[in-house]
Amino acid sequence: MTEEKAQAYWQENIRTILALLVVWFVVSLGAGVLFINQLNAIEISGVKLGFWFAQQGSIYAFVLLIFVYVYKMGKIDEKYGVSE
Amino acid sequence: MELQSLIYIFVGISFSIYIGIAWWARAGSTKEFYVAGGGVPPIANGMATAADWMSAASFISLAGIIAFKGSDGGAYLMGWTGGYVLLAMLLAPYLRKFGKFTVPDFVGDRYYSDLARTVAVVAVIFISFTYVAGQMRGVGIVFSRFLQVDVNTGVMLGMGIVFIYSVLGGMKGITYTQVAQYVVMIFAFTVPAVFLSLQVTDTFLPQAGLFAQTAFEFSDGVRQIPEGTYLMHALDQAVNDLGFNNYTEPGSVFNMFMLTIVLMAGTAGLPHVIVRFFTVPTVKDARISAGWALVFIAIMYTTIASVAAFSRVNLIANVQNVEYKTFVNGGVERADGTINDGSWFKTWEEGGLLAWNDRNGDGKIQYANGAAFDGAKGKPAFDGDKRGEHGERLTTNAKPAATADETKGSNGIANEIYVDRDIMVLANPEIANLPNWVIALMAAGGLAAALSTAAGLLLVISASISHDLFGQVIMKDKKTGKSTLSEKSELRLARGAAIVAILVAGYLGINPPGFVAQVVAFAFGLAAASFFPVIILGVFDKRMNKEGAIAGMLVGLTFTFVYIVYFVFMGGSKEDYLFGIAPTGIGTLGMILHFIVAYFVSRATPPPPKEIQDLVESIRIPSGAGAAVDH
Repeated sequence: MTEEKAQAYWQENIRTILALLVVWFVVSLGAGVLFINQLNAIEISGVKLGFWFAQQGSIYAFVLLIFVYVYKMGKIDEKYGVSE
Repeated sequence: MELQSLIYIFVGISFSIYIGIAWWARAGSTKEFYVAGGGVPPIANGMATAADWMSAASFISLAGIIAFKGSDGGAYLMGWTGGYVLLAMLLAPYLRKFGKFTVPDFVGDRYYSDLARTVAVVAVIFISFTYVAGQMRGVGIVFSRFLQVDVNTGVMLGMGIVFIYSVLGGMKGITYTQVAQYVVMIFAFTVPAVFLSLQVTDTFLPQAGLFAQTAFEFSDGVRQIPEGTYLMHALDQAVNDLGFNNYTEPGSVFNMFMLTIVLMAGTAGLPHVIVRFFTVPTVKDARISAGWALVFIAIMYTTIASVAAFSRVNLIANVQNVEYKTFVNGGVERADGTINDGSWFKTWEEGGLLAWNDRNGDGKIQYANGAAFDGAKGKPAFDGDKRGEHGERLTTNAKPAATADETKGSNGIANEIYVDRDIMVLANPEIANLPNWVIALMAAGGLAAALSTAAGLLLVISASISHDLFGQVIMKDKKTGKSTLSEKSELRLARGAAIVAILVAGYLGINPPGFVAQVVAFAFGLAAASFFPVIILGVFDKRMNKEGAIAGMLVGLTFTFVYIVYFVFMGGSKEDYLFGIAPTGIGTLGMILHFIVAYFVSRATPPPPKEIQDLVESIRIPSGAGAAVDH
């Protein structure tokens, strides 16, 4: 693998991770902590939204995020011919 | 069948399975001993990681903590799951590509320094031992409660079992045993949760039960809360009436923020979790494996939030204003004619984890905010085996009748009970009067949770002693830079180290240092301030050199260590908190300091040698991971 190709692969890897980590931050530290009071104004079937993000919602999102990451990285690995 | 025989059968069967698996999967080489030969399928590894991760604390204590803390407990749920996202994206794939056996291996090789390796070994051993002491205690509690032996005998039984499969099987034995332990533990946790959910909300899925309406009318002592009220409304109303903060209302957002980050980074930086990703065949498998691990963890963690809410409602509905004597001796009749059997109350009172002090002299139990005993945290000090007029255990620190001022916030109700948070999950099936086999399953599950985590930790300790300390530092050939230990003698050394680690852990379980409850802050704070940043910088910053890494680790570790020791063990007062950060959340600041110090020191010193920069290039590319490198 040439150096430029390795560089490009790494850049694409970093971009993917950053995008997913933004979502990770928003659903947990954002919705479940920093903006919990604002989101708590919204209520679904008696459950306040901020409270739900902190206790259940963020966890569902985490699972989804890892599988999206696995899928995207699989694509990138193939594109650069570095999959095993 | 009788409860006790059922418990023996469930625990007996599960233990035979673990030992059988350990025999089948015994390790023949160091590679099998340290990383299970590097050939574990990703789903199995995910399951084993989940079992390794979910400790006695998750299984026994977490729902109880959340039941009493309410909204703020979310920090633990998010922190202990969100860390896996960081692990999957920032650590696991690259460490797998690196392809050695342990975390100090990575630190030592990447930073071409035995000093860095030694700092890492010391941190691994300290973090893992603080953690394992709590696990052995958990094993002891479950044994003593369910098998009716004393706590010390329980700890020794637990040590024996762990000894068999970790010394014999190493990582390979542990991994496959953990798969079985996961299955036992998840059944043990979810089955009672489903029963509870049906009972409290008429909803099958506990996760959905949070959104449901109550299936019965109950009194919180102030008002009747009608059937069909939204569960969270019922809970907020009841705790509010009794003088507690609303269940769904957050406390300090800033401290919750710091705590959540420390738990996330700490999770991703804990050596016994990281090492799991050395056991799968490829980089791709390491990524998927983290996903599976989180799926298996999420099944339990999303249930925990609901169990916490159900158990708080159940506690209030079942103990408020019941007559103690009738309640604990056969049960009181509810309005609908069913029996509310309080024999669990008596059992846990005998065990010293529950207590009742009839402050208003009406012979009935009252539950509200406030302490019923004068001790620290309202803990009762039992007066030997002396009994009061209703048969309750007497204490030496019972508070006298409450003044009107004291009960102003709780509508005139004075709290009369002490409930240890650790009993909520274990007592839940009994409080809800569930069938005996559910309770027996619970016992097997609690043991599976404690044993699987203890075994994983002990392996990490033994590997860092035999492989890192002896193999790579003490017995290293100065000229070739290779270990002078033969494969056979290193394996023998690893087994010996595992035996010593088990004995020390057992000792800590029998004679727990007074701070077991606080060590969680320690383990996570230190992991977040040391391993998490040092590994990330090692992968993502090619320019990072040994000077930067060592300075960063030392600053992060020392700062966090000193802050926690000062405020938790030396009685530092709250007013002196730096920026108002509680000791539990200080690891976040330690981590930030680590990043900053490492950056500036590395930029002021020479870059790492060419071969290290090439190593970093190579771990960034997945292809060619192959099997873990033998030495």
